[in-house]
Amino acid sequence: MSRSHRDESPDRLYVITSGRSSAPDDALDSVALIVAENAPTAGMQSEHARILRLCRGPTALVEIAAHLELPLAITRILVTDLLDGGHATARHPRSAPRRARPTTSPDVLEKVLLALQNL
Amino acid sequence: MHSRTCDAADAPTPGSPLPGTVEHALKIAVVGGFGVGKTTLVRSVSEIRPLTTEETMTEAAANVDDVRGVEGKRTTTIAFDFGRITLDATSVLYLFGAPGQQRFWFLWDRVLAGSLGAVVLVDTRRLEDSWYAIDRLEAQKTPFIVAHNDFGDAEHTLDDIRAALDLDPAVPLIRCDARERDSARQVLVTLVQHVRSLVSGDPR
Ligand SMILES: Nc1nc2c(ncn2[C@@H]2O[C@H](COP(=O)(O)OP(=O)(O)OP(=O)(O)O)[C@@H](O)[C@H]2O)c(=O)[nH]1
Ligand SMILES: [Mg+2]
Repeated sequence: MSRSHRDESPDRLYVITSGRSSAPDDALDSVALIVAENAPTAGMQSEHARILRLCRGPTALVEIAAHLELPLAITRILVTDLLDGGHATARHPRSAPRRARPTTSPDVLEKVLLALQNL
Repeated sequence: MHSRTCDAADAPTPGSPLPGTVEHALKIAVVGGFGVGKTTLVRSVSEIRPLTTEETMTEAAANVDDVRGVEGKRTTTIAFDFGRITLDATSVLYLFGAPGQQRFWFLWDRVLAGSLGAVVLVDTRRLEDSWYAIDRLEAQKTPFIVAHNDFGDAEHTLDDIRAALDLDPAVPLIRCDARERDSARQVLVTLVQHVRSLVSGDPR
């Protein structure tokens, strides 16, 4: 397993996100599914363009981070930019994204079980 | 590396896309000490080769109660890997391998928030590596099971392990071989069955 981007310079990450270091509290869930609403536009920051190309179909935030080789927190900020700009939309995960006790519904659990048993 | 031939090996490398119809993502955490087999378990059942990313958190973003391990304004970074299983046309399940040690936990609070449950993977050579994770999952009321990844090294019965972990009798404890797809899958099935029994038995 490579942990290749461990050495990414903090300065570079700072520049990519224009100096923002943390996302707000209602930040995107790690498995929010992101879908591009348009193709990259001319002059768009290259990371934003890469994300839009990656998200032609629904793609979880963690997968975007892994493919871009950027930390999750940085990717979250970049994706939030795209959502705010109307370039992408997010499909939110099934259970409560905050710390509340997860309450997965019985029919969802049944579905998961069936799929695992048929794996 | 034990590279097994399963679906994961056939998947195109830079990410096989999810079906366009997928709307919901679920997650399960596989928590355990270093080298206990977390990545192996994820790899055994994942439809993609496990991907690696990292979570970083600066002091400003960390939960104030949980920053004991963080000094000053340092940023804490942790690499983690994950795999996925597409469940059906509308749902996908993500599996996260997460080191369970205390100093990492506040990062998991964010990555793993909303998990449907957790698997605590233990190795009898270092059972104590899982104590903190078990405490924490109990306190959070996140449903979990414990899986003993059998390295064939010792003669511990499951009862011995249950006693050493001081595990609630209601928490399932099973043995597995994380390298075997069927065994890894059975771990997940056991967790989901356990969560289901909690949901149906406790309508809170
Ligand atoms: N004999 C045996 N070896 C195993 C088993 N599961 C994993 N291994 C081996 O143990 C080593 C560690 O497994 P990993 O899956 O990398 O463990 P990990 O928990 O992800 O490790 P870190 O991410 O470094 O903390 C690898 O060489 C695996 O091939 C098992 O059930 N039996
Ligand atoms: Mg690992």
